[in-house]
Amino acid sequence: MTAVANTALATEAPHTEAAPVTRDSRPLRLITCGSVDDGKSTLIGRLLWDTKAVKEDQAAALNRDSGSQNDLGLPDFALLLDGLQAEREQGITIDVAYRYFSTDRRSFIVADTPGHEQYTRNMATGASNADLAVLLVDARAGLLEQTRRHATIASLMGIKQFVLAVNKIDLTGYDRAGFEKISHDFRELALTLGVRQVTAIPMSALKGENVVYSGAAVMPWYDGPTLVETLELATLRSGQSTGFRLPVQRVSRPGESFRGYQGTVAGGAVKPGDSVAILPSGQVANVKQIVTFDLVRNAAVAGDAITLVLDRQVDVARGDMIVSLEAQPQTGLAFDAQLVALQPDGIVPGKRYWLKAGSRRQRVQVEPVQQLELKSGKWLSAESLPMNGIGKVHLAFDETAIFDPYEQNRGTGSFILIDPDTNNTVAGGMITAKRTEFGGLNAHEGRVILSLPTDLAEQLLATELLSARRDEVESRRVTTSAARKLLDDLEG
Amino acid sequence: MHVHTSEFDPHSKDPITKAPLDPHLKALENEAIYIFREVAAEFEKPVMLYSIGKDSSVLLHLARKAFFPGRVPFPLLHIDTGWKFPEMIAFRDATAEKFDLDLIVHTNPRGKEEGIGPFTHGSAYHTDVMKTEALRQALDAGKYDAAFGGARRDEEASRAKERIYSFRTPDHKWDPRNQRPELWNIYNGMIRRGESVRAFPLSNWTEVDIWRYIQAENIELPPLYYAKRQKYVERDGMLMWAEDPRFEPLPGEVIQEGMLRFRTLGCWPLTGGIRSNATTLDEVIAELEIATVSERQGRAIDRDQAGSMEKKKREGYF
Repeated sequence: MTAVANTALATEAPHTEAAPVTRDSRPLRLITCGSVDDGKSTLIGRLLWDTKAVKEDQAAALNRDSGSQNDLGLPDFALLLDGLQAEREQGITIDVAYRYFSTDRRSFIVADTPGHEQYTRNMATGASNADLAVLLVDARAGLLEQTRRHATIASLMGIKQFVLAVNKIDLTGYDRAGFEKISHDFRELALTLGVRQVTAIPMSALKGENVVYSGAAVMPWYDGPTLVETLELATLRSGQSTGFRLPVQRVSRPGESFRGYQGTVAGGAVKPGDSVAILPSGQVANVKQIVTFDLVRNAAVAGDAITLVLDRQVDVARGDMIVSLEAQPQTGLAFDAQLVALQPDGIVPGKRYWLKAGSRRQRVQVEPVQQLELKSGKWLSAESLPMNGIGKVHLAFDETAIFDPYEQNRGTGSFILIDPDTNNTVAGGMITAKRTEFGGLNAHEGRVILSLPTDLAEQLLATELLSARRDEVESRRVTTSAARKLLDDLEG
Repeated sequence: MHVHTSEFDPHSKDPITKAPLDPHLKALENEAIYIFREVAAEFEKPVMLYSIGKDSSVLLHLARKAFFPGRVPFPLLHIDTGWKFPEMIAFRDATAEKFDLDLIVHTNPRGKEEGIGPFTHGSAYHTDVMKTEALRQALDAGKYDAAFGGARRDEEASRAKERIYSFRTPDHKWDPRNQRPELWNIYNGMIRRGESVRAFPLSNWTEVDIWRYIQAENIELPPLYYAKRQKYVERDGMLMWAEDPRFEPLPGEVIQEGMLRFRTLGCWPLTGGIRSNATTLDEVIAELEIATVSERQGRAIDRDQAGSMEKKKREGYF
């Protein structure tokens, strides 16, 4: 899937790599986005229709509700999606809808997200969990500000695979040059966002050309894949490249002799015998057992919902994180993050919000620093963040926060902000770096890194001199032999 | 309240012979367990809606997995309309006994007193009083701040719009235009007193997933899901079960007898059966794979009017 990665030529043919041999049976999650009336609901309706996901009774209801929508004698596919009364009345999509379909090769979960700017929050909702984004553009209109906004949010949320669906190509008389111009413009935008995997497809969702079935009969100049072929070949994003992470959801104490920590592994792997640290306290223990309903397991990996039993009595509560001793997340009182503001009040500087990350909820003060200007793609200084605004912010906590950079781990690098006055979710955020308390210094310059054997690191941090500044010290606890090798390397 | 006495002993288990779940079902299972644990940890008084069908059976199985080796830490609530198949009630009670569950059964006392039923009052009014109103009564009486349900987004157009944590006002209203954004797997469980959340661990499951999981995990179901000889009539294009003493044939209706099974279970006058010879799980799944109509096709209440489910949900229906 990286055939198009290194060049950004406007007219290069989309890749046609052979399918991977092994089939991943997990569903691919995708979002469709783009501006209002670009035909998103019609596209998904068409996908459902052509992959036979619409059953006979649903088709009958669709035909009944459609009336004579168009002169092709086709039902109004959008009605399969816009299920709410208000949506049908206004002919628009209000809220994100999740749909399920499959081909012989793969199953898919598609989040149909609204195009209206006022519902950008629902687009962000869909993007946070997606492996791939399908951006629709009207072939007659080209890229719009909303296209840029959606592409930007999708890339901020870590989506690396984009499909540019140049829809309604039938209405331009299957104009090749127009398609290539839009593809070129979009590839340039994608490059500025750091997204290099773009497949551009000319299509007519209404007529079903290049959606599931080839449109070669009317677009002989296009020899790339259809939308469904592209989706079948897309990769799932892993979202984590850190050591073991287990945010503790609850403590299980069914009887006196059993004490287990329940949660879903958010990164790395664990097996009995592994040494772990409990954050934020820093206590150290070894894994005794990994318990699940079916069996006592030899190992657990990211995504597994488990119950962890440790070899000694330690104080662990909901909101703590159990992590690998060698590769720990960052802990501290200040972090930098990127935010998408989701509610009418925006993000108010200095206001104290609730922040929830994993199973940990704590108070935070948010200071907006910059806001992204979508038209220019530039970051401009900002003191607050309006609804739908994308910003860079400083987060200041009262008590220790635990994070990985979002780039390294989607699970431990993401958070939501909750307004304590309304209890509503007002922002989604992604950690970029830990902040030090030294003004003017960037995240890396202000910190001390210790690479020492575990017991030595613990001893050192326990000294009066260092204990108060524990947050500023990143201790990489290593074995004695590893430490010796490190010293040898330094001397050599 | 029961007192849980059994202690977890990992060494007492039999050797593992069960094949691992395929990654797709495993991912769905992991997601559901995560949601169960999150709700149980964040809310003061959760409850699980149990309607005895296949989705409820999967939901219960996942709840048992989520809290193992402890017992399910919240009660199950069944809204009994008085019109359920007797086999469902027997299965419900046996299940509660077998898995050491706290079971609460609630029937709307007003509806019972007034003798409200689907034949005399129509399916819409019956559902409104005996299900929606009854549910509100039971949730209010228990002061529950979170209620698990087995709804799936693939069931119906307005369901496709549901969040996994679906916020409800103190009078149980759902406002589809003002739902909380739900990013990643971080759920916002902050509510004021009186407000509540409906939580849907099976949101991302499809009907086929449910059946494949039942097969893979060997989950027991009420026998009505499997075909057997039953009495029925054809009414309004629906095969209506005709074994209950309250059933009265309309003029011209012929009571037939034949192999019948049910794709969904509810009140028997509102849930049509299908002609089928599928008597085993494998046969049911084989039949499902070639089915050309959706599972809700046999449901009378969905067809009362356009947007019918959305309307009921806005009023507090699950």
